[in-house]
Amino acid sequence: MAVRKTSKKPNVSKDELLAFYREMLLIRRFEEKAGQLYGMGLIGGFCHLYIGQEAIVVGLEAAADEGDKRITSYRDHGHMLACGMDPKGVMAELTGRSGGYSGGKGGSMHMFSKEKHFYGGHGIVGAQVPLGAGLAFADKYLGNDRVSFAYFGDGAANQGQIYETFNMASLWKLPVIFVIENNQYAMGTSLQRASSSPELWTRGAAFGIPGESVDGMDVLAVKEAGEKAIAHCRAGKGPYILEMKTYRYRGHSMSDPAKYRTRDEVQKVRDERDAIEHVRELLLQGKHATEEDLKAIDKDIKVIVNEAAEFAKESPEPALEELWTDIYAEA
Amino acid sequence: MAELTMIEAIRAALFRALTDDPDVIIFGEDVGIDGGVFRATDGLIQRFGASRVRDTPLSETLIAGMAVGAAAHGLRPVAEIQFMGFIYPVLDQLANHASRLRNRTRGRLTCPMVLRAPFGGGIKAPEHHSESTEAMLAHIPGLRVVVPSSPPRAYGLLLAAIRDPDPVVFLEPKRLYRSTSEEVEDDGEALPLDKAFVLREGEDVTIVTWGAMVAEATEAAQQLAETGVSVELVDLATLKPIDRATIRSSVEKTGRCVVVHEAPLTAGLGAEIAADLAEHCLTSLLAPIRRVTGYDTVMPYLRLERHYLPNTARIVEAVGGVMEFA
Ligand SMILES: Cc1ncc(C[n+]2csc(CCOP(=O)(O)OP(=O)(O)O)c2C)c(N)n1
Ligand SMILES: [Mg+2]
Repeated sequence: MAVRKTSKKPNVSKDELLAFYREMLLIRRFEEKAGQLYGMGLIGGFCHLYIGQEAIVVGLEAAADEGDKRITSYRDHGHMLACGMDPKGVMAELTGRSGGYSGGKGGSMHMFSKEKHFYGGHGIVGAQVPLGAGLAFADKYLGNDRVSFAYFGDGAANQGQIYETFNMASLWKLPVIFVIENNQYAMGTSLQRASSSPELWTRGAAFGIPGESVDGMDVLAVKEAGEKAIAHCRAGKGPYILEMKTYRYRGHSMSDPAKYRTRDEVQKVRDERDAIEHVRELLLQGKHATEEDLKAIDKDIKVIVNEAAEFAKESPEPALEELWTDIYAEA
Repeated sequence: MAELTMIEAIRAALFRALTDDPDVIIFGEDVGIDGGVFRATDGLIQRFGASRVRDTPLSETLIAGMAVGAAAHGLRPVAEIQFMGFIYPVLDQLANHASRLRNRTRGRLTCPMVLRAPFGGGIKAPEHHSESTEAMLAHIPGLRVVVPSSPPRAYGLLLAAIRDPDPVVFLEPKRLYRSTSEEVEDDGEALPLDKAFVLREGEDVTIVTWGAMVAEATEAAQQLAETGVSVELVDLATLKPIDRATIRSSVEKTGRCVVVHEAPLTAGLGAEIAADLAEHCLTSLLAPIRRVTGYDTVMPYLRLERHYLPNTARIVEAVGGVMEFA
């Protein structure tokens, strides 16, 4: 395990560490199950797994407050689980069933929860970012102090509309936190081959937006950075950029020839930077938990994930009439 | 001659074009090292190098805009958009620049670019990953819209598109990428653009279609033949400009017409074809023109896809309807 900035003397309670462990593990096991269901042909089209990046959403959700909003891309399962959406509803959406969050019409990329202030899952790379600014604009207009998290990838960071958003968000001091999940690849194209500068956190400099680079594999560092960014936004100082250095362990989607990186590269990150292993070690070394305690958590999570998968298999298919619903408001 | 799938035929055409003409360049997201989402450009970067086969950053607007500029300067860019549903921001470059450059400059500047994009259903992905919005593109004067329906037509039409002096959007029915193999002669021969292909001659009814629906219509024609109905099958191939003459002369012979497309009904190309026939072939028509299409709804995910896509049964039923009418 590599030494981490915050791991020397983490100022974190046992309960919080256990919660991090549980939440990150839930995402990982959920994604592993989703991968299996995809392999069984139960999920259509594409399925982008979040495995490896769990610390980002778990850390930021720990920093967020009720009423804060989040919006992201198609790699969205982790975000939904971390903000408290029901694993059953998420899994059933993957399998295109009526019990899914979009009634089986949206699939892996398109889910929403107004109750949890989750504004989607979006399939068009980068296009969710101006929407995130719109959410923040509405909060500012309504006069509350809520913030919005607009998540996007290192590849998305090259889409022009993101810079249009940066400019106006800064000009209008919108309470939006731009979270760049830099997992180093956009599909098969590495950051080095796509970006004129690897330091994505500096991309707001021309617009006067402060940014910082964060170890996105360290949930404690993520939370700390999140708190700072939130405080900045809530104080009315405008947007903030957090570049999360992370890594995706699996292919871009379930069909990925993986010609662009070596197995060794992936294994090295797993061995040295894994976010869940990190918290596991903190728990064990700090004597906050025993191996048995952690096994028990593992078991609980397995049950939750299996129930979600069962639900996703049993939930009925959407009725044919659903083809024509929700195109316009009912007259 | 070799048996090729459509994706292999497309790759062969790209290979040929890169070999024949140093002005041909390829760019798009993941077209180089990854070889493209559907592997259309697999191996090209190894053979032709990274200066001619370029992985771009993730930016569709830029890909299209750079293609326009490079084409105006005399190169022949073949740009890829990974899915047709990502083409919306590109419409600005296509409508406002690519398609008008010739007219605006009175021919002093031209735009010999090709924009390739996979389109249509068949992989059970929702919305932007499966929809067919070709009518939007066909509405733009100055743009050519071409859709192949078989490996040899993919090869010949793509070569023609690359050699054409004007901008072409080349839409590839992803459902057909690997569904069958056919003999393709890699002889560098292009097929004609702006020309519909009569794939099957018949007496009773004309089916006009394109792309993946050609396979469904072929199957329908076979089934109908067994019940004594003789179908003439027209593959439109170039959707803009439309080869009106071929459609009209076919319908003048058969007196009946069914148009099939995956795209939604309203303001789809079926409407244009029906209107043209109503204007020009009224006295030949024995029955109303029927359209078998997708619905005026959002392209659905997974379980509902099969209900959305027109299929052989729906085509057979529509043809039955027009045959019954007269
Ligand atoms: C506008 C648009 N272009 C291309 C795609 C296809 N595509 C989906 S994800 C992706 C790579 C995105 O990479 P990144 O932003 O780094 O996010 P990651 O997948 O790594 O989470 C591409 C090219 C798309 N969905 N939308
Ligand atoms: Mg990435």
